[in-house]
Amino acid sequence: MKFLKNYLDRVRPNFEEGGKLHAFRSVFDGFDTFLFTPSTTAPKRGLQIHDAIDSKRTMIIVVLALMPCFFFGMYNTGYQHQLALGLDTFPFWDMMLYGFLSILPKVVVAYLVGLGIEFAFAQWRHEEIQEGFLVSGILIPMILPVETPLWMMAVAVAFSVIFVKEVFGGTGYNIFNVALVTRAVLFFSYPAQMSGDKVFVATGKALGYGTPVVDGYTCATPLGQIATHSGGALELTGAAGEPISAWDAFVGLIPGSFGETSVICILIGAAILLFCRIADWRIMLSVVVGGLFMGWIANTFETPTYPASYLSPVDQLLFGGFAFAAVFMATDPVTAARTTTGKYIYGFLIGVIAVIIRTYNNGYPEGAMLAVLLMNAFAPLIDYCVVQSNIRRRMRRTRINSKTA
Amino acid sequence: MAEKIDYKSVLFNPFSKNNPVIVQILGICSVLAVTAKLAPAMVMGISVIAVLAFSNVIISLIRNTIPTNIRIIVQLVVVAGLVVIVSQLLQAYAYDVSKQLSVFIGLIITNCILMGRLEAFAMANRPWASFLDGIGNGVGYAIILIIVGFFRELLGSGTLLGFQVVPDSFYEAGYVNNGLMILPPMALVTVACIIWVHRSRNKDLQEP
Repeated sequence: MKFLKNYLDRVRPNFEEGGKLHAFRSVFDGFDTFLFTPSTTAPKRGLQIHDAIDSKRTMIIVVLALMPCFFFGMYNTGYQHQLALGLDTFPFWDMMLYGFLSILPKVVVAYLVGLGIEFAFAQWRHEEIQEGFLVSGILIPMILPVETPLWMMAVAVAFSVIFVKEVFGGTGYNIFNVALVTRAVLFFSYPAQMSGDKVFVATGKALGYGTPVVDGYTCATPLGQIATHSGGALELTGAAGEPISAWDAFVGLIPGSFGETSVICILIGAAILLFCRIADWRIMLSVVVGGLFMGWIANTFETPTYPASYLSPVDQLLFGGFAFAAVFMATDPVTAARTTTGKYIYGFLIGVIAVIIRTYNNGYPEGAMLAVLLMNAFAPLIDYCVVQSNIRRRMRRTRINSKTA
Repeated sequence: MAEKIDYKSVLFNPFSKNNPVIVQILGICSVLAVTAKLAPAMVMGISVIAVLAFSNVIISLIRNTIPTNIRIIVQLVVVAGLVVIVSQLLQAYAYDVSKQLSVFIGLIITNCILMGRLEAFAMANRPWASFLDGIGNGVGYAIILIIVGFFRELLGSGTLLGFQVVPDSFYEAGYVNNGLMILPPMALVTVACIIWVHRSRNKDLQEP
């Protein structure tokens, strides 16, 4: 650590005004403040309200909270691969290695593209680098199917970082969740590679490791199977044709996007976020309540036209990306509603809309992504209404008080 | 008579500095609707040039006889007449394209660019100047249509004017056409990109 600090201090003059590497000033600054407390802090005199946590530490805690899901995703990718091969042995380290090698290129590409664009924009605008992409870069591979081609992901990451974040002014100014827009862009641009029954189980070699599965192997996610279900009893099957129960979905050993299958790991992440007070429990709670409420309505009026209505309200929470969206997507402080009442409304509507989309639109097996994006757009309106009604209430109160006085 | 009109700027200003689509933000709706392929975009552009030029001339010729309180109706009648002619011509000589454009040829009547130019220019200027203004604005509109149509067809379908331009070897290597480019939202984003480039080249147009 000492050595690193000395090195940074030694090369610092190169990056300052007039130094020969001035063009990379923002990059240097980004790494310097990422590794150490900034050398220029507020002066000692005067009244200052100070918190030990800044946006960089916030981001790191979110990344830490994502780690259980990430490691489980690695394990599950290997596990599904073994099942797809028809094997019944599950060597732990082999599976972890296979999962790791499957996800590694995606994480690298997401960070390279996203941070590259962020660095370029920061340099161009003579601003400091904001670390917003630290979280997005790990979220993006986690919410995509494991077989997503790298170039597609790179295109979508570039699109969403430029058009959702940078044109609005960078980190903290985006109206939509960057990671979710990346997924939405992929979903609408390349539907064949983002849904259906060929992409959710890793079938090829991962960086040359593992055995490829026979051509023509298919396995849809539980929600995908429900959406295309027609007639007869609803039976969900996994990668090797074995039945899937709600308990499997809770543990997470089911086919799905990389990091969002295990509700247990998501709950661990939620606990970390809530313990560190990074995310707001009101949003998480109201998303869950909204999902249960709409799931209950859908289940009460179950109909063969919409097979997803056979799922019980609790199943609605366990399958698909609902839990992940509730904990990591809806709570994004930049795009969520800011007022306390607004947070309840925002979260509740996310839960309701997510279940409406997945139940009543068989074209979209999963609605959590679209629900969060839609409510991102409405969050400022919700805040406006809450603030206005508060102002009106206070105005009325002062009028009554002045009359009585 | 009014001050002398600079015919050159009347014709060429709408190409870039006063472009109806990317500076005045008019006619966006049809830009979104007809630009999924290049061919309909070009036909639409030519149709608008023709309708705009001739309706400008006709309104300019009769501008002193139109009673002010019914001028919008008169303008609409003139535009509607011309649009019907264009629509019939397309159905006769380019049936496929006219089917692709469907209602949007008819909706030229409601294109804001037309009403804008008739109200703002043809009602106050002589026929020759109005004709040039119509051509200029029509071409300004068509340029944007063609640029947007070019990118949307190239990236969305891998073709240009129906001919495949993305080589087969790309598809074999795993390239896939971008389905989002076919959908209207990407037309909006493409127009936004054009505006972005245009504004950064013409700093005087940047809003504070």
